[in-house]
Amino acid sequence: MTQQPFRVLPALDDDNEFFWTSGADGRLRFMRCQVCGYYLHPPSPWCPECSGTEVAPEPVSGRGRVHSFTVNHQSWDGGSEPYAIVLVELEEQAGLRLTSNLVGGDLGVIEIGRKVRVVFEERDGIFFPLFELVPT
Amino acid sequence: MTDFENRSIISGIGQSQIGRRLYRTGIDLTVEAALEAIADAGLEVGDIDGIATYPGAGGGAGEAFSGPGTPQVQDALRLEVDWHSGGIEGAAQLAAIVNAMMAVGAGLATHVLVYRTVTEASAQGSGGRAGIGTGDGGGGGGAPPRMGGTLQWSIPFRAYSAANWLAMNAQRHFHEFGTTPEQMGQIAVNARRNAGLNDQAVYREPMTLDDYLDSRIITTPFRLFDCDAPVDGSTALIVSRADHVRNVDHPCARFEAVGTALRGRPSWDQFDDMTTMAARDAGAHLWERTDLTPADVDVAELYDGFSFLAMTWLEALGFCGKGESGPFIEGGSRIALEGELPLNTHGGQLSAGRLHGFGFVHEACLQLRGEAGERQVPDVAVAAVANGGGPIAGALLLTRDG
Repeated sequence: MTQQPFRVLPALDDDNEFFWTSGADGRLRFMRCQVCGYYLHPPSPWCPECSGTEVAPEPVSGRGRVHSFTVNHQSWDGGSEPYAIVLVELEEQAGLRLTSNLVGGDLGVIEIGRKVRVVFEERDGIFFPLFELVPT
Repeated sequence: MTDFENRSIISGIGQSQIGRRLYRTGIDLTVEAALEAIADAGLEVGDIDGIATYPGAGGGAGEAFSGPGTPQVQDALRLEVDWHSGGIEGAAQLAAIVNAMMAVGAGLATHVLVYRTVTEASAQGSGGRAGIGTGDGGGGGGAPPRMGGTLQWSIPFRAYSAANWLAMNAQRHFHEFGTTPEQMGQIAVNARRNAGLNDQAVYREPMTLDDYLDSRIITTPFRLFDCDAPVDGSTALIVSRADHVRNVDHPCARFEAVGTALRGRPSWDQFDDMTTMAARDAGAHLWERTDLTPADVDVAELYDGFSFLAMTWLEALGFCGKGESGPFIEGGSRIALEGELPLNTHGGQLSAGRLHGFGFVHEACLQLRGEAGERQVPDVAVAAVANGGGPIAGALLLTRDG
């Protein structure tokens, strides 16, 4: 197994703990309006679609598409290998996006629009939602 | 212009020594710039009754980025102020100027000293570029750092820098509109050409498009020469009541319009249109507040913390259509000093140095006053200034007065 890269950990609080620990059962979750079903990210207590105030975390498919990406070459954290930062738009809702990393593939084949699926990398109880390309 | 913009003017400007490694303190540079601006406005230190800066001290960003806060500058100059303000939230760096306009317009002050100071070059020289990790793949012996707030959505994914975040905006622009590195490179090449005519600029040796394309990749599609150059320096200006009795022999700069709107989500990755980001809103707001049009603008001083940002501002301010900034700058002739829209006439932050927004205001005033020396564009009556990138944006339209 390849060595995991350095990662800054999120500071957990009552609003974000579900997100960062969600991967324990292999599912990605977002806060969701319980009235109209709109996903709220980052987690927030009010739905801009229906003004609902009942919100709760719910699992999503973990599938989406590459909305944009960058292959980073600068050594910000001591790592020396280029790595891919991706902006993934989840299939459940237009505009529902996560900044993440694309892992497990050739950096040269990343393209906007490619289908991806979530994979989790665990560190100290935090489950980082990362993405890998879905084979075409 | 509206009654609000009509109430104040930029009566004076000043700039400290600027350099890559000055090893002078922020307060030293700020006082130098402030005294120059006060004298340029035909005022005495005792005439200043307001002070404002961006972002102010105490925000946790460190003094090299923030510069001295208003209490420190007020004390150094022994100012007796009726109004004072510093803060990072607002219409980018220009928020400090808009705040000063509001204070003057509301009658809280007559002459406001507004400044922006950075000592980022010396900070890097002393301590090296700030590192984040330990490179051992696990945080070393200590506990790993924890990140809360909005940065928790980027930093844990090793998206540490605005370079990474904005590279994804650029990549999306390339994807949607066919923008090319050769087009984007014209922003950097144009800046360097203009910097050659500015003896305050930090990078003045000629740069070709091939030089640009040969520079190393930072984070695709950004190369080293897409990124601005940290410097030490301070820029100051005086925002005065428009009806004050002037004692100067130069024109002043009048505020024709401000663009302060932020209508999309204030988020690096949730903003609806990745290719425009918040510049779209500030640009639209600016033109809602004036009868002038983009065709009236004689020079454009548009934020280029990354070259791509100047392209987004060209589109947001309507100098070209949405998605058309690539073809607009292709070949570089349109944005050159002798072109139809001279851009970043002092060299921008890419080559003149990262004075972080206020350098563009200073240059716009010089151009309006006809004091830009070798790089002076003839008969400048209207100048557009823009600051910010991503979800942070502000714009000003300035006109010559006198």
